[in-house]
Amino acid sequence: MAYDIQTWVNVAAFSGGGMAMGFGAIGAAIGEGYTAASANEAISRNTEMAGDIFKAMLVGQAIAESASIFALVIAMMLLFTTFAAHVLMIPVLLGAGLAMGLGAIGAGVGAGYPAGACCKGMARQPAMSGRLTTNMLIGSAVCQTPAIFALVVAFILLFTDFTNSPVSPTWAAILGAGISSGFGAIGSGLGGGLVAEASCEGIARQPLTATPVTNVMLLSQAVTQTTAIYALLVSFILMFKGFPATDLLAPPMALLAAGICMGVGAIGPAIGEGFAGRSAVASIARNKEHVAELTRIMLVGQAVAESTGIYSLVIALILIFVV
Amino acid sequence: MAIEGADIITAAAYIGAGISMGFGAIGPGVGEGMAAAKACEAIGKNPKEAGLLTRTMLVGQAVSESTGIYSLVIALLLLFVV
Repeated sequence: MAYDIQTWVNVAAFSGGGMAMGFGAIGAAIGEGYTAASANEAISRNTEMAGDIFKAMLVGQAIAESASIFALVIAMMLLFTTFAAHVLMIPVLLGAGLAMGLGAIGAGVGAGYPAGACCKGMARQPAMSGRLTTNMLIGSAVCQTPAIFALVVAFILLFTDFTNSPVSPTWAAILGAGISSGFGAIGSGLGGGLVAEASCEGIARQPLTATPVTNVMLLSQAVTQTTAIYALLVSFILMFKGFPATDLLAPPMALLAAGICMGVGAIGPAIGEGFAGRSAVASIARNKEHVAELTRIMLVGQAVAESTGIYSLVIALILIFVV
Repeated sequence: MAIEGADIITAAAYIGAGISMGFGAIGPGVGEGMAAAKACEAIGKNPKEAGLLTRTMLVGQAVSESTGIYSLVIALLLLFVV
């Protein structure tokens, strides 16, 4: 049985679309479920605030949903566009689907944490509702950034013309770019969400600490995003560097391995930094005189956690530029 | 495309290096984050012992880091030695 290129391009488009929506639906659903659970808990504690809590729940869920809507858009594009019959379209379509599907997981789960904490906080401190909503919005917006990185990579893959590039090793660079930004987004979305959750909880417990809590939240969320940025950097290098044609198997495998290394390696440090940030923010809410010491120890701890992410970046760059 | 045995071995070494460092980075990152989290909580409760707590955190993280360094060493061996 021999199939022509057009058949395989269609196969890649449909399986890419399936992966985008299948993986992309995981995170948002978990995050929204957590938000709804927290909203019910909050309403049972303070029925008078039911209307406001319900509103906050819907706003929080809408933000968590956005990541899976990105995935839906990419899936629709893959299903209904007619793609050129070129061999390199196969990795492009699979890579775009993988990038967006995996990239939506962390943002969806992560955005659910601050939304849930905001609902519970409104039940505890109705007077702080406005501040809690603001913090939830800022915190969950930061959680969406890695999903937006993945969306950008998926769009670049779909709209760049790779037809003049050599098939080998470009196919591996394209697939590696998708894998890197997709996996690399999971940890940063989750880690950012953990920090934002602690900030909403802290403001509800100690309204006077709102300013230091928000500042440290933003600092810590920025640290959690760093590994997603490394992953984005590696996928940009893979997409735009342009690699010489080769008949060997090793050069394409090095590029694919670079994508896997940076993407998967970005997950752990970002989640760990999120844990550190969450506890630092929670401690600052209880004990705001020690904000300087706590920020320092948080940053030292996060720097150590970051180290393995940097090792992954180094190995990925060696795989691309040295070997 | 003529693929020879030596080429397949090199390709496998590259893939192995990527998988080794990529997956090997997950655990230390999460574990060190937990250590830093508890250090923050402990210093928040007992700021006077900040020095002792920071030292303990760093030693614990160094131990947790070791598996990440093993992954790095294996990845570098796969890339440059074997």
